[in-house]
This record gives sequence, structure tokens and C-alpha cells, in this order.
Amino acid sequence: MPTLVSLEEAAALIHDGMTVMVGGFMGCGTPHDLIDVLADSDVKDLTIICNDASMPGGPMRENHYGVAKLVHNHQVKRFITTHVGLNPEVAKQSMEENTLEVILVPQGSLAEMIRAGGAGLGGVLTPTGVGTIVEDSPLCLGKQTIHGKDYLLMDAIRADIAIIAGSVVDPKGNIWYRGATSNFNPLMATAADTVIVEAEEIVYLGYIRPEDVRTQSIYIDYVVRGGKKRGTV
Amino acid sequence: MERSEIKGFIAKRVAKELHDGDVVNLGIGLPTLVPQFLPDDVHVVLQSENGIVGTATVDDWTHSPLHIVDAGGSPSAVDAGGAFIDSATSFAMIRGGHVDATILGGLEVDAEGSLSNWIIPGKKMPGMGGAMDLLVGAKNVIVAMEHTAKGTPKILRKCKLPYTAVKCVDKIITEMAVIEVTENGLLLTEYNPEFSVEQIQAATEAELAISPDLKPMCEG
Repeated sequence: MPTLVSLEEAAALIHDGMTVMVGGFMGCGTPHDLIDVLADSDVKDLTIICNDASMPGGPMRENHYGVAKLVHNHQVKRFITTHVGLNPEVAKQSMEENTLEVILVPQGSLAEMIRAGGAGLGGVLTPTGVGTIVEDSPLCLGKQTIHGKDYLLMDAIRADIAIIAGSVVDPKGNIWYRGATSNFNPLMATAADTVIVEAEEIVYLGYIRPEDVRTQSIYIDYVVRGGKKRGTV
Repeated sequence: MERSEIKGFIAKRVAKELHDGDVVNLGIGLPTLVPQFLPDDVHVVLQSENGIVGTATVDDWTHSPLHIVDAGGSPSAVDAGGAFIDSATSFAMIRGGHVDATILGGLEVDAEGSLSNWIIPGKKMPGMGGAMDLLVGAKNVIVAMEHTAKGTPKILRKCKLPYTAVKCVDKIITEMAVIEVTENGLLLTEYNPEFSVEQIQAATEAELAISPDLKPMCEG
């Protein structure tokens, strides 16, 4: 059974220098309330693993949206991601100020590398990135030819902590995702030592039918009540 | 052609490449204009790599309660009969050959069908997002872009920028021409009658072979 904690208690689990997976795609399916609390804290030197760097302005006129807040606050020292083009702050910190290391990985590879990290696999063989500079990535372990076709061996990825967003969460930590909010969340839930889900709604046990559970309770360590700032409860 | 007409002209021609029932992934920008030019009897299933099969379109955030965005992060919706999936499932679909066509823009394309569109070293590094997987996995790869960058050729003998993927492009569609990538290089199959074949070649660094069936683009 996961522990229900406050946003502040959850954020206090994240320490300087940790590797943190953050769910979401351009802020959709991101644990926004937890990120707000982290952005107000002094935690720094984080390695963030997230699909993208989000964007400076959010859909509800937020000033910095999702992980963009942490980047803006210089709390991130290393960013493993697939796309940062809509957040100019990343280019500034990585190419002008040299304070942020960015490792770009193909999106399908990142998804599968995280899945592998959570599934006990040593890595992923993918044709994606063959013949490109992805071959030089620190996360690419080599090239193999199988049945005449070239593949890159991409490393499995795990994190100290995953912070994910769940639309409907029951007291055991089972999760159902609304709309397109699942994206990386179910994968990250399996690939970190500690997993915190920010629940948009917490429901009674049995509300989510077993066949509709998308992330199973056993992966979840902490549940926090969130979603309020998104106006979606 | 007026500059403002270029994107629509290209998108209209790209629409002819799609068939009823195709599963299609569209890149950001110009490719998103393509569906509006599909004839009434051609229905495609749009796949968005962030996790939608059967993507519908909406105009603004008021239609989307923050739970549905497309692969560009813009508000989106799902068609009746559509589905939401996680990122691993989405890319299994893409790499596994279940997407019939992908349409995306390019900074450079070359005679071998290699594409560069994700990084300009030292200047811009937006990232590859899902593009590398789409180029490797989609059955039909169509590059839809302006023929030149303000007069500078983008269709080259060999890409100078880092590749997004090598030997992956099937067809290049611009405001000047339709060009197929063959084992022997680039084949000009259609031309915009506003330009001569010589003008098209002059705007293209790579050598173009002329198809014996060469015809004008987009009549009607």
C-alpha cells in the first residue's frame, strides 16, 4: 500500500544530484503541482529524464510550464530528453552558458529504454538512429547486425525517483489515465527506485475496474493529491 | 506563386499520396495542412506519436481540457473509434511497420534519400523527437518542404547537417516539383508549370533524372 503524503513531503524525497524521471508530453500528463513545489525548493543538480523540455508559457498562461520551471530555475544539470526546441532556455543554458548537459535520444528509443529499465532487460536493439550521431551518444552501447540488418544497442534507463501524473488513482495506487496523459507515465512507474504519483482524483478502492488499471498498484510508493492547480478536479 | 500560397500548394499535392484507410503520422507545421485537402472518399487514421490513434483536430484550448494534446503539444482530440496509448505502444506501432505514411519537413534531403531536420550543430538543437523512429518505421516517407531555403538548395548530393535517418525518404514534394528517390538517385516525376525543368534543376544541387512520364503537378 502506498503512503499518502503532502506535496511538500513528496518533494522532500528528492535530493540534490538525484536522477528523476518526469512523466508527460509537452506538459500533458505532467505532475504539475509536484513540480511547482520542487521549483520553490532549493533542490539542485538534478538529472531529469523527460520526453521534452516543455515550453516557457503554458496553456493557462502559466509562467514556465512543467519541467520548464526547473530548467528556468537552474535546478537541472543534466537532461535526457528527445526534444527541447520549444524551450529556448535549454539552448541558452547548454550552448551559451554551458551549465546544462543535454543528451538527446530518439523518442521511441527513450520509451523503450525506460521500459527495459523497468522490465529487467539489459538494453534495447533498435534500427532507429543507425548512421546518425545517436551512435556517439553515451547511452548507445554499440551496433549489431542481426539477420543482415543494423541495430543500435541502447542502454536501459532507471532513475532514483519517478514523479508521474495519474488522472484517477485508488488508495492502493492503481492508476487510470485520462485522454493522452499516459504517454511516458506507465513506463516511468516501472523504472525508478521510488515512484510518486500525483493524483488528479483519488477514488475509493474498486472504483477503477481491474481490467481498466493501466499502472498497477505494486509500482507505486507514494500518492499525493494534486490536480488542483490545473483546474481539472 | 505568391509566398503565402506555397504551403497550401504543397499540402494539396501531398494529399494525393494518401489512400483511404492509411495510418498516417504528420510532422509539425506544413504537414498538418494535408488532411484538409483529402477528397471526401479518402479517410485516413491519424496517429500522433504522443499517444493517439485517430487524432481529430480542435481550434483552441477551450476544446481540450488539458488531457489531449497532439505531438506538437497543441490541443487536440480523438475521433470516434480512436484510442489513447502510451509512448512505448505508440513507437512499437511506428517502428513495427504499422504506420503507412509519414509526412515531415526537412532542412536537407539528399540523392540517397537521407534526411537532416533535427539539429544545426552549435546553433540550434531542437532534438529529433519522434522523427528518427518515424523515418525508420513508416512504410512511405514523404518529405514536404519548400524547394530551397531562400534560394539556397535544400535537395543536395549529400546532406551536410547531421542525419535524422539515412536512405529513408521515398518522395520529396515541393512547390516546384515531385521527386522520387530511386536506387539510381533522384527522379523528377512532376513539375510545377510555373517553372521550367532547367529552373528546377538549377534550384537543386543533386542531379535530377527526368522521368519519361514527366507531367505537370496538381492540375485541378
